[in-house]
Amino acid sequence: MLSLYVPGDSFVHRAPAAAKLAILVICGAALFVVSGIPVHAAELALLAGLFHAARLPWRDTFRQLRTALIFLVPIFLFHVFVTDWTLGLETVLRILVLLLLAVLVTLTTRTTDMIDVLEAAVRPLRHVGVNPSKTGMMLSMVIRFIPMMMREAQEVLEAQRARGLDRNAIALLMPLLIKTLKMADDLSEAIEARGYDPEPVVPVWRRKG
Amino acid sequence: MIQVSDVSHRFGEREVLKDINLSVRERRVGVIGANGSGKSTFARLLNGLLIPDSGAVTVDGLDTREDAKAVRRRVGFVFQNPDNQIVFPVVEEDIAFGLKNLKLPKREIARKVDTVLAEYGLTHLRDRAAHLLSGGEKQLLAISAVLVMEPRYVVLDEPMTLLDLRNKKLILDTIRTIGQPVVLVTHDLDHLRDFERVIVFDGGRVVADGPPRDAIRHYTRAMA
Repeated sequence: MLSLYVPGDSFVHRAPAAAKLAILVICGAALFVVSGIPVHAAELALLAGLFHAARLPWRDTFRQLRTALIFLVPIFLFHVFVTDWTLGLETVLRILVLLLLAVLVTLTTRTTDMIDVLEAAVRPLRHVGVNPSKTGMMLSMVIRFIPMMMREAQEVLEAQRARGLDRNAIALLMPLLIKTLKMADDLSEAIEARGYDPEPVVPVWRRKG
Repeated sequence: MIQVSDVSHRFGEREVLKDINLSVRERRVGVIGANGSGKSTFARLLNGLLIPDSGAVTVDGLDTREDAKAVRRRVGFVFQNPDNQIVFPVVEEDIAFGLKNLKLPKREIARKVDTVLAEYGLTHLRDRAAHLLSGGEKQLLAISAVLVMEPRYVVLDEPMTLLDLRNKKLILDTIRTIGQPVVLVTHDLDHLRDFERVIVFDGGRVVADGPPRDAIRHYTRAMA
């Protein structure tokens, strides 16, 4: 779910990021309180309506869910053989609703808007030394650099395979670690060069006066 | 004006710059030299990314040692690998990053982002994930993200090294349109023919400094 915002002008897109994230958190918690296959089926239908309203391409949605769907099958089968299939179906529906809701928020909300919400949410923690600006920057960089790290890992693997080395975790990790450190070094320079200057945060116990 | 006075710098035991004295007043200055000759270190000194071990670098009278933040606002810096300088995941967000650092109001940021996207032909990519752009598009984004901050000077450290011929031309054409004085570190000597001045580094020293034809001739002879 990395920076996959799909531009649009639907009411789902226009809804404030804070409201969407709050709904995600509240519904995520509520999902484990409410139960029953018809309830979750109704939730799924509501979500399908929201996806339709947001005009999100099914291909993008499926791409987001692909990996998770692989795990849903064994979860269902486990319940079929160990408990009963209705419980399995309910569990799978519950997870699916949660995943679809998260995908809906991800695809209709800009990263910067989400980061702004996160920064606002952690602002009260500045009294205990948490820097909201740095927290937001950290999240942004995680989203930005995971695809890069995956590409770097792929390059290292290909280079090793070209030289006759089969999969070897240590042989992969060492060059990847070195590349990551170099990348982090370059990135810190780039951030500095573009004038990043977060407000300093002093925890209450270190404040004078 | 950028003034470099008696600058020397070391990385551990290795002295990478030795007694550099020069000033940059021209609108187009090229910097060339062999790998490890000190040209990238020199470029990093110009916007305060590196503070020299001895000597001083001043930009319009501001010393990088004392006013590094103010200097960085005046001197935009474009790195060789755009992947390592694009901070935000989406094109539009990355361009806005520098403007946020300047503490501009949201509406002003949106207006400037729109302008720069249109100016550099990136409007159609505004919502695109940065990691999905081509090499040329990434470098164009990196340059746009620097220029949107309206620096007084622009330093580019080998911005075309990782690009194919078509993207090199795209970036070179873009550099030609930059209104501010430009310092371009490069290995592509052809790109410097219409520059006003070329500085040649070798072993951490300036070994030639003058019109492109003379400086490039000196460099190619030394490399032969």
